[in-house]
Amino acid sequence: MGKNFFFDRNEPVPIDRVDGRAKVTGTATYAAEYKTQQIAYGFLVGSTIAKGRIKSLDTKMAERAPGVLSVITYLNAPKLPGYQTGKDPSKPPTAGQPLRIFYDNEIFYYDQPVALVIADTFERAVHAATLVKAQYEKAVHQTELDANLSRAKVPTGPRFEDYKRGEADAYKNAPVKIEQEYHHPIEVHNPMELASIIARWEGKEQVTVYTKTQGVEATQRSIAAAFKMPLENITVNAEHIGGAFGMGLRTWPYEIACVMGAQKIGRPLKLVLHREQMFTNVGHRPETIQKIGMGATTDGKLVGLTHEAIADTSSYEEFTEATVNISRFLYACPNVTTRYRLVPLNICTPIWMRGPGEATGAFALESAMDELAFALNLDPLEFRIRNHSDTDPERNLPWSSKHVKECYEMGAEKIGWKERKLQPRALKDGDWLIGYGMGTGSFGAFRGAATVKIKLEPDGKLLLQCSVNDMGPGTATMMTSIASNEMGWPVNQIKVEMGSTNFPPGPTQGGSTVTSTVGAAVQETCTALKEKIAELAGKAGSAFQAVKAEDLKFSATGISLQKDASVKIAYNELLTKNGLAALELTRESKAKQQQSYSMYSFSVHFVKLRVHPPTGRIRIDHVVSCADAGTIVSPKTAASQMIGGVVGGIGMALMEDMVIDHRFGRPVNNNLADYHVPVNADIPPVDVLFVNKKDPHTNPMGSKGLGEIALVGVAPAVANAVFNATGKRIRSLPITPDKLME
Amino acid sequence: MATKGPHNEDPNDKALNKGRREFLKHSSLLTALAVAPPHLVKAAESALDEKAAVYFEQVPLSLEVNGVHHKLSVEPRVTLLDLLREQLALPGTKKGCDHGQCGACTVHVNGRRVLSCMSLAVMQEGKKVTTIEGLANGDQLHPMQEAFIKHDGFQCGYCTPGQIMSGIACIREGHANSDEEVREYMSGNICRCGAYPNIVKAIADVKKGGHKL
Ligand code: FES
Ligand code: FES
Repeated sequence: MGKNFFFDRNEPVPIDRVDGRAKVTGTATYAAEYKTQQIAYGFLVGSTIAKGRIKSLDTKMAERAPGVLSVITYLNAPKLPGYQTGKDPSKPPTAGQPLRIFYDNEIFYYDQPVALVIADTFERAVHAATLVKAQYEKAVHQTELDANLSRAKVPTGPRFEDYKRGEADAYKNAPVKIEQEYHHPIEVHNPMELASIIARWEGKEQVTVYTKTQGVEATQRSIAAAFKMPLENITVNAEHIGGAFGMGLRTWPYEIACVMGAQKIGRPLKLVLHREQMFTNVGHRPETIQKIGMGATTDGKLVGLTHEAIADTSSYEEFTEATVNISRFLYACPNVTTRYRLVPLNICTPIWMRGPGEATGAFALESAMDELAFALNLDPLEFRIRNHSDTDPERNLPWSSKHVKECYEMGAEKIGWKERKLQPRALKDGDWLIGYGMGTGSFGAFRGAATVKIKLEPDGKLLLQCSVNDMGPGTATMMTSIASNEMGWPVNQIKVEMGSTNFPPGPTQGGSTVTSTVGAAVQETCTALKEKIAELAGKAGSAFQAVKAEDLKFSATGISLQKDASVKIAYNELLTKNGLAALELTRESKAKQQQSYSMYSFSVHFVKLRVHPPTGRIRIDHVVSCADAGTIVSPKTAASQMIGGVVGGIGMALMEDMVIDHRFGRPVNNNLADYHVPVNADIPPVDVLFVNKKDPHTNPMGSKGLGEIALVGVAPAVANAVFNATGKRIRSLPITPDKLME
Repeated sequence: MATKGPHNEDPNDKALNKGRREFLKHSSLLTALAVAPPHLVKAAESALDEKAAVYFEQVPLSLEVNGVHHKLSVEPRVTLLDLLREQLALPGTKKGCDHGQCGACTVHVNGRRVLSCMSLAVMQEGKKVTTIEGLANGDQLHPMQEAFIKHDGFQCGYCTPGQIMSGIACIREGHANSDEEVREYMSGNICRCGAYPNIVKAIADVKKGGHKL
């Protein structure tokens, strides 16, 4: 394990994060930190009702406060041309009408922005914001999922119709069956960096923004649509993103407000959301109620599986995710039914949160698998092996690669699974009960399109450019790693520039696709560069007449012939002889139409934990996470990405829960003291194991995505371990001490 | 030791005040005398409000940041965090919550870790502040910075300055004697990317190295 690196050529060299130095010295620049002359500061005022209309707005006091430059509300906001046309000005990832900020007096959710106060200092803007007085005409709001199930509807579009394989609800007739309901509350992404944007107009036609987005081009398109401007007049920069976890997968109203405000005051404007506003204005993982019916033969073969989910969305958009889809392919089962419904509520539109629907779905499915295994008196690992899907039962296709059984094996070994007892409460350590649990995760291994520009300087320095950005996993490091391997160049000779629409188009960072997409583009561009160098060498001297790239040995300073190292030429000479100052080329790369394989990444998470029954306290002792993610391109950053997913999954399992006071439709714990996320003391040692086997079909490196599977399956592993420790099956997350106290 | 003048001598600020006056004049006229008390219009005309505001709202402050002495004049409500980020062009110190709940804004004041979002700038009179930008010695990184790179103690890097400042203090305070202890005493610094195990490794490594911090 771990030795066969990609391209079957070099050993993996775990390289340090290439932007590490910038990050540890505080010189990495995030959206709100760009220096701009004459910058003004914005602060948003939110509605205090969850549904209704603004009756009156009094902004006079705010306008007169020292330093205030403007107060924008629906009464005086510039009319954005894209808003007037009605539908979809910002091309959202959802059906419906995205919120048009300051468009009219209608209120759809609590804390919806009703005014943007702009002043010459941050403090003055914050103070003046307190002086804006709004009066509302309240309407009856609905924020409670449970109380609105009768309004559940099938989302628009063919992808969300009910799915049926074999007989509907066949589990009901199985000899051994379970039928259970699982619930998880609203979770909020809460990246450490607040949602931030700076907008600066250059004249009337051009605007530059620095913003917290996972896709600079997507943001560019949204601004273009709202302001009806040509794309090339909009520059979007997002070089460093202080985490996002999905929160940056769309353009939010506050971003449009900032661009609008900057235009209005004729000065650059900075708008940073307050932490409270991060809970109400930039999406969430929807609350979901799931039902699983699952039945098996007495010897543990699945007969039928029914998976239903009902999730929240906003009252103005339909946000959807693949919550139930995992049940269609993870196990071999002849009869599968899935149903997915949405309930519109007076809340901001949700947005994919790491692992998205798959993580939600896996919590229910993998908890249910554990329950049925227990009912069958079977080891849950053994039960999974008996129902392993050797091919994709949903699409009837072979897997491009699937090494879940290896994950089971190595994870079980590492966590000490053989110590586990089938019966709960069998293992004790003093007052504490010990339990083991596991959960499986999966996510599609997608590849999109990316264009990479490469530049070879005379001194052998390589520059790679792509618009893709990095919210943390280490995109630049991955790109450097691939280029270094492909060219045989040392890492410090390679520089990556990214995170700006000034560079060639790349994908949005999301859905675990960046390594497959951009990595493949880097590799193909490097291959093209080598071919070009061979061609130029042929022109530069007779010794290299008609050579091909494979006849050459590439080093960081120049090339030589494979068969005779003394025949060589330095890059500066090569370029000079060809009359070039540098060698540049650009390649677009995307997946070939590939329908003959089903492509997924898989993960298996093992958890050992202890529960203290008198207090209900849970301590996780050890986590082992195994990933079948094809070739691991950048081992060091990949391991960190896995650990990060595990931490997120522990948060989901044990603490995260945005509580709404339904009387007012507002969150009560909208801050980081009351909305609990894992802190250092909550996290045990985490061992990460990679199968690290090349997938022959996904992309030239043979990699598959990692970002989502790092989290998918963690929460059920924790819940299953809690059951194994205590005999208590907690089907409603988070598993807080009150649910375990005896 | 270098000395920097007060930030509000920036010529931009004059332009800014002018803009404010014109705005007031303008808006006063527009909103008519009925709503704008006459003394306000008058004040706006003569820029008295701005002068009064500066007089009442600004307090002199002298402090040292990363070895540079600053003589400033700040509003009393400005936090140390916003002073660093918005006025002293030191955005390495991060804002994650502004409420003392996340640790992203951790700096050292007279050698001890402090949440700069919970500290008013004017309370730092005569004190020595060290931020992430002040740790390295030229090109020579601080051992804690080296260790964070070596152990990959971060992903997005946003909590990192706070983690590093806290990590150094954690060792100085004598709270890094075991991994458990480090975890406990580093729990005021949230890392949403979940780099905790590597942060613990980095701190343990520096502690083991026995560097004078
Ligand atoms: S910004 Fe100071 S503790 Fe969060
Ligand atoms: S590295 Fe992203 S929050 Fe810690």
